[in-house]
Amino acid sequence: MRIELTVNGEKRAVDVEPRTTLLDCLRDNLGLTGAHAGCEHGVCGACTVLLDGTAVRSCLMFAVQADGIPITTIEGLAPGPGELSPLQDAFCETHGMQCGYCTPAMILTAHALLADNPEPTREQIVEAISGNLCRCTGYAQIVEAISLAAERMRGANRPAGQS
Amino acid sequence: MSAPSHFRFVSADRRVREDRRFVAGKGRFVADVDIANTKHVALVTCPHPAAWIKNIDKKAALAMPGVHYVLDGHELAEATSPLVTGLDTPNVPRRPLAVDVARFSGEWVAAVVADTRALAEDAAEAIDITYHPLPFVLDAEKALEKDSPLVHAEHGSNVLLDKTFVWGEVEKDFNDSPRKLSLRVKWGRSSTVPIETFGVVASWDPWREMLDVWASIQMPRYPEQIAGALKIPASSVRLHHDVDVGGSYGIKRGIKHAVLTGYLTRRLGFPVRLIEDRLENMRGGDAHGPERLFDVEVAFDNSGIVRSMKMRALENVGAYAGRSPFQLGKPIGSIVGPYKIKSVEYRAIAVLTNKTTQEAVRGFGQGPTNLALERMMDEVANTLKLDPLEVRRRNLIRHDEFPYTIPSGTEYDSGNYEAVITKVFAGHGYDDLKKERDRLRKDGMLAGIGIAACLEPSGGNATFEALINPKVTTSTFMDSCRISVDGTGAITATMHTTSSGQGHETLVATVIGEVLQIDPDTIRVTRPDSLSSLPSGTPVGSRMAIMLGGAAFHAANKLKDKLIKIAAHDLGIPAERAVYKDGAVFDKDAPDNRRTWKELATIADRNIHRMPPGLEPGLAVSHIMPVPTGGTLPTPDGRAQMYPCFSFEFHLMLVKIDPDLGVPEIVRYRLGHDCGTQINPKIVRGMTLGGIAHGIGAALYEEFAYNDEGQLIAQTFMDYLLPSSHEVPPVEIVDHETPSPHTVFGQKGSGESGYLGAPAAIANAVNDALRPLGISVNTLPLKASRLGDMIAAARDKD
Repeated sequence: MRIELTVNGEKRAVDVEPRTTLLDCLRDNLGLTGAHAGCEHGVCGACTVLLDGTAVRSCLMFAVQADGIPITTIEGLAPGPGELSPLQDAFCETHGMQCGYCTPAMILTAHALLADNPEPTREQIVEAISGNLCRCTGYAQIVEAISLAAERMRGANRPAGQS
Repeated sequence: MSAPSHFRFVSADRRVREDRRFVAGKGRFVADVDIANTKHVALVTCPHPAAWIKNIDKKAALAMPGVHYVLDGHELAEATSPLVTGLDTPNVPRRPLAVDVARFSGEWVAAVVADTRALAEDAAEAIDITYHPLPFVLDAEKALEKDSPLVHAEHGSNVLLDKTFVWGEVEKDFNDSPRKLSLRVKWGRSSTVPIETFGVVASWDPWREMLDVWASIQMPRYPEQIAGALKIPASSVRLHHDVDVGGSYGIKRGIKHAVLTGYLTRRLGFPVRLIEDRLENMRGGDAHGPERLFDVEVAFDNSGIVRSMKMRALENVGAYAGRSPFQLGKPIGSIVGPYKIKSVEYRAIAVLTNKTTQEAVRGFGQGPTNLALERMMDEVANTLKLDPLEVRRRNLIRHDEFPYTIPSGTEYDSGNYEAVITKVFAGHGYDDLKKERDRLRKDGMLAGIGIAACLEPSGGNATFEALINPKVTTSTFMDSCRISVDGTGAITATMHTTSSGQGHETLVATVIGEVLQIDPDTIRVTRPDSLSSLPSGTPVGSRMAIMLGGAAFHAANKLKDKLIKIAAHDLGIPAERAVYKDGAVFDKDAPDNRRTWKELATIADRNIHRMPPGLEPGLAVSHIMPVPTGGTLPTPDGRAQMYPCFSFEFHLMLVKIDPDLGVPEIVRYRLGHDCGTQINPKIVRGMTLGGIAHGIGAALYEEFAYNDEGQLIAQTFMDYLLPSSHEVPPVEIVDHETPSPHTVFGQKGSGESGYLGAPAAIANAVNDALRPLGISVNTLPLKASRLGDMIAAARDKD
């Protein structure tokens, strides 16, 4: 089937089988390999992308279902080549990862959280990422990264001269 | 970070360079490797725990669109050698695909190659296999019985290994001790379960006679094992080390995957890839970890001093010998933990069953052994009505007793256990924690304090292999680093293995920057493929800070020495007068008389007329490092110097259990951690916290459970429960630093920390909580369902 996906602000036409998952389509048809397969049954969250700003598991939906819905993948978060978003930079600052496999999905989930809630509590962060499994970190440095990014992003929005 | 550091970059709170690519989704994992014309493999697995494979009908599958080939075990076995197991058990061959008999549910029986993974899966379903189910055995103790079904009939028994070691005067010490007790502790079958499954891409070029392999691998001697099985020269296998590995923690040993795909690409003439799906990974990926039953007898006196211990460890290795039997060997190097136990009898038994094959898991058997030791210490305290902390303190090796040689022959390098424990309690007294526990108890909760004092042997030598199988003569395990500086002064260093999140590129750059007094961020670190590499034992045995860090240190010093020689010659001064500082060299008597880094690089690269006569031109140095304290084989009576360095961790926690629910909840967790000098504190902290989370999983949630029919019933993430952010409590880490005398900066290993002690501390806390009910539990995982039932039964009795 021919469908048109809007990914990271760009319209991309692709031919897929009806059974092709959004995850496989992003990776195999569009070369967006930042979304990862972990369990392919909707538990680990490594395949998370944003659909119209909401974090969803791309392994649990078909590519055809995403036709026409704006999709954001990790490749769409960096402001430019070699530049990091405040959230990505915060993950580097706290070392909120190790092997990096769950990281893109974790960052997208956090991105969705901060878009909704610029000042999350620790509990709210823990709740938001509880659908994304990380086997390396024990989550502490991830929670710290999200907290740090929130703090920095709030600071950035304040008028100059205020702390 | 603890004490102020006298280093410039080492121990500084610096970023981890690998992180930049991961946050951008630009890691390059094996599934991202895109080689033109690659075909995909799906596996057909055996649905029975044991079965005779009577017939494999491939016709329907081969007729399906996009299907290229169906491979069975006979064809593969004829063309390849069995996989290396390291044991001297020739009648227990291990092969990628079952031949005639399948021995566990999920074992690979055939492989389909098709244009896409989806088509390969479709075709796998169309392969019609006739099985004749055979008797099977799942339980290790039953597998030892005379009338048990045999997993490998030709072997004549289910016992792969049964070896008893006696170190010291065990019987005498038992006879002389006024008190004895015994306990049985079981570590349930769990594993590391990375979020990325195992994957491999193999591509054979018949014109160059080269097998290129990209794999999600963490395994020593991988290329040579692939070559051996495929019967091609090892120089015809090129493993690409620049593949990011999405978590491993020991387990990613995909040798059967590589032999299978290596054979297929040679047979078919196009690249082939096998990326396990979760089910293939959990059932047949040979990725299970220890399932170990301990029977411990301990002899002690009335003050709680432990004199002797007899430990019998029975490991249920599953259907084939992976690394599992050797995981009974490594704990010999710290068989008494941090305690002064004079004599030990250790019986290690590895038994075959019809379960999935095991590979290496974080700690290589040390986690289960620590659980047994720490449960033992608590039971000694409990028997004597003494405080468990006090009993430990009475038995701990004292700071002034290092280096300390344990009965099994290994010398512990350094430690200050008492100082770590004192620090853990500084500001938050033990009494306060007890009061908090007692308050919870008063409120109707079950509550308990858990303590575990554990060692992390580090530096990864392979001496345990020779202990388990005397035919093995490996006495070291190297790592290496090469540094080159080009004519412009740009520095490139190499490492020679894959990494799975340990930040090794950061390690290499930090160490070289420290030695050369140059910003590590300016140092490029690359990973040549295996044919261009120097020796590396790979990141096993908590060794890379020690070994790769050590190799980088020595290589950088060689480079520095060469720079000094070149500068002294060019400045016309004796080398003794030349001083190296921040990349430049000057005359200490005339500091303005100097050569900059760039000038020296240019001389070495382009101006041989300015080089000291006889000195090799160019700035390229390398260092190959053996394991410190290694180099000897075990003695005939089974004593060995195992790993060089011993990190210490002291876990302290408070657990509460709502008696109506049976769910243990960790309400306080403090860890004292001493891994010597921390080269990168962010990395050490991450590994430690991640290890604790992994340990919480093993202690409370994770189990590859089987039903009575021999089927694995935890084969998805809905049944095999990895801790989420909700299950991992905040952990306070208290660092202490006792440098190792055997390493270049005093560093020790930290890759296994947390995991090695968390399960023991949790088990002790839960037992402390259950003690008022008069019950105890020594089987991991401590699942809420099991605990809930036990608590309800105990309350009904009252």
